[in-house]
Amino acid sequence: MLVSRRSLLRAAAAAPALALPGVLRAQSQTTLRFVPVIDLAFVDPIYATAQVTRNHGFMVYDTLYGMNSALEVSPQMLSGHVVSNDQRQWDLTLRDGLFWHDGERVLARDCVASIRRWAARDGFGAELIAATDELSAPDDRTIRFRLKRPFPLLPQALGKAAVHAPFMMPERLASQDPFKPITEVVGSGPFRFVANERAQGVQNVYARFERYQPRQEGKPDWTAGPKIVHYDRVVWTTMPDAGTAAAALQTGEQDWQETAPHDLLPVLNAAGDITTRVLDPRGYTCMLRVNHLQPPFDNPAVRRALLGAINQADFMTAVAGSNPAYQFSPIGFFAPGTSMASDVGLNVFRGPRDMAKVNADLKAAGYNGEKVVLLVPTNSAAQKPLGNVAADMLRKAGMNVEFTALDFAVVLQRQQKKDPIDQGGWNAAVGNWQGIDWLNPAANTNLRGEANAAGWYTSEKMGALRSRWLAAPTLAEQQQVCREVQALAFEEIPYFPIGQYKQPTAYRKNITGILDGTAVFWNVRPA
Amino acid sequence: MLSYLLRRILATLPVMAIVALFVFSLLYIAPGDPAAVIAGDQASPADVERIRQALGLDRPFLVQFGSWVWRILHGDLGTSIFTNLPVGSLIAQRIEPTLSLMVITLVLTLLIAVPLGVVAAWKAGTWLDRTIMAFAVFGFSLPVFVVGYVLAYVFALHLEWLPVQGYTPLAEGFWPWLVNLILPAVALGCVYIALIARITRAAMLEVLQQDYIRTARAKGLGQNSILFIHALKNAAVPIVTVIGIGIALLIGGAVVTESVFAIPGLGRLTIDAILRRDYPVIQGIVLLFSFLYVLVNLMVDVTYTLVDPRIRY
Repeated sequence: MLVSRRSLLRAAAAAPALALPGVLRAQSQTTLRFVPVIDLAFVDPIYATAQVTRNHGFMVYDTLYGMNSALEVSPQMLSGHVVSNDQRQWDLTLRDGLFWHDGERVLARDCVASIRRWAARDGFGAELIAATDELSAPDDRTIRFRLKRPFPLLPQALGKAAVHAPFMMPERLASQDPFKPITEVVGSGPFRFVANERAQGVQNVYARFERYQPRQEGKPDWTAGPKIVHYDRVVWTTMPDAGTAAAALQTGEQDWQETAPHDLLPVLNAAGDITTRVLDPRGYTCMLRVNHLQPPFDNPAVRRALLGAINQADFMTAVAGSNPAYQFSPIGFFAPGTSMASDVGLNVFRGPRDMAKVNADLKAAGYNGEKVVLLVPTNSAAQKPLGNVAADMLRKAGMNVEFTALDFAVVLQRQQKKDPIDQGGWNAAVGNWQGIDWLNPAANTNLRGEANAAGWYTSEKMGALRSRWLAAPTLAEQQQVCREVQALAFEEIPYFPIGQYKQPTAYRKNITGILDGTAVFWNVRPA
Repeated sequence: MLSYLLRRILATLPVMAIVALFVFSLLYIAPGDPAAVIAGDQASPADVERIRQALGLDRPFLVQFGSWVWRILHGDLGTSIFTNLPVGSLIAQRIEPTLSLMVITLVLTLLIAVPLGVVAAWKAGTWLDRTIMAFAVFGFSLPVFVVGYVLAYVFALHLEWLPVQGYTPLAEGFWPWLVNLILPAVALGCVYIALIARITRAAMLEVLQQDYIRTARAKGLGQNSILFIHALKNAAVPIVTVIGIGIALLIGGAVVTESVFAIPGLGRLTIDAILRRDYPVIQGIVLLFSFLYVLVNLMVDVTYTLVDPRIRY
């Protein structure tokens, strides 16, 4: 009998969770023990692009606006804002009682420096700064934007919850080079980072910030509303193996596992004292990225012909299993269920796949059997199965696929190469993004058409549409522009959307109050 | 002997220098770029290049190597690209769990493997010998992670005797320290026990055929005295050699074991550093491990003189 590592894990996690050895119960009642999906390598959320660093950012830092689980933004560090009649001046006013963790007051000039640093790394932020004539702090509590043109989405930009979120830092830190990591962690958020208890790759500790004053109005909802902390300490423990983390959750050695592996869900659900739940319905949106500079995908007709081969459900089943609760297809270029998403062009993904027709269409489009180098990161739990399905799909479509198995670091490096494949280049690669990365044409970096992101998609039309979207004053107009964006995307194919999967979290029933969205730690309390 | 030790210690310097050059060159030519890892999937080439420049990775090979060697000569292993923490501090944070795991595994192995091997040789050809050797084959064939997960299932999840993961520093008490290391040490020790038991058996079988053993028996010495004083001491040289070689097995096995049991040791630090291409950390750890290995070999050579008086340096 062949015994796989995964089946052993499943067996290990299947045992009933009962009492623990006494030595393990020595933790304080007010400590929440959490297992993040990966290690927190960087503590600077503007420098780093990892989701775990963004989550760390929301522990320690605060944002001017917050975003609720319905993706609506509202003032968070601000008491409010005033917009001039011509829509070209925004005065944002900081609320009272905001302090940095080093004891200093939060001032408007800190926020101005923070916005500038963030905008140097974030696409949405860059759009805001490009539309800004002057960003200043006329007094300690006022942040002023004087704009070249109206920018109605300013609160959405500053309330962004995806990577990079615009976290506020003291001016002395925020004025540093955005391409060098800040190692001192001083925010104004509800938790302090306990730097001297950090063990890199192992543990990060956060303590309640006693001087933090939550907003008085509203209800806690993701990064919006009052951030009320109920635990004195939150300890993040990095575990390299998700199966071990699931077992530790069962034995009560941990309270909350950020991402529960899909194949262990039946076991965790059967344990009785563990809840599994999808916090973010936007989940993860996945893509097959293609290189627009090299044949065969430099030919838009080839890209369009390949659309008929894509079965998004196959991709998602490989990652998330067959339970329909954890996958959704077909999807377009915006996260399904969000306000900019639409059905435009999705019919191409519906119905049975006719590979013979795709094969013929590819030939008609000019595909002559050129080699297709597909990069697959073998150490990525999601991207490896996506890569396997992509290789199979491309082969069935009649393409000459070279499956290139690499580790993730090498994939990232090789994707940066623009050279032909005989000089170390590439043709295709898979990717998985948080759904909140695909909320709109400014946030979705793969859709910008500026040849900046790997794949090197260029489109003047897309740039013009994005400008129209940024200037659109109403939701209905923004949605109309996004329908046009999606129609154009299905014509130019910057990349192939290959489905959305949803990632559940798992936590013991002795904690409650976990909010929808990403993992945030206010409102969480003992049950 | 003292001059021999001094010579051997001095001889480690060129070995370490070669290791340093080899590791640095290997990492330099290996694919993967820490700047691309840091910049992430959505970065532009310009972003990646700015990060490379900020990290000093755009400098020529010789400049980077020279700068690294210069720092090492000043006792500085460099700074982690990812955490900006000194490599020396990172290693210091992680060395205790790994050394603890290795020491406990070594002790466990010697306590189990050597007596098993002696008994197997003594009862060669009997059911006891065959049982012990079957166990040895089994232990040698099972991957560490399989043994680890089975042990965790039985003793942590099912019987609830031991924790499933983690590490408690020795400073927080002997029992909490030990309790976290029992399962990992058993998992890691399986291969090692199998190896040493087999070598011990083979060495003992050879020694037990010698004339002086027959003489010892003729003198009327007890079985224990013959086995453990006369025979084992003469069989010790190959056993000690294999124990030394086995340290490398332990280092490799610790990487897997630490991942399975979430022990914050050097093995996990190594894996993390390799996956991220955190060059200074990889270089620091490899240097440390190679130094440890050279040291272990030296200790093995010294041990020869203790178990076999005929060996002199």
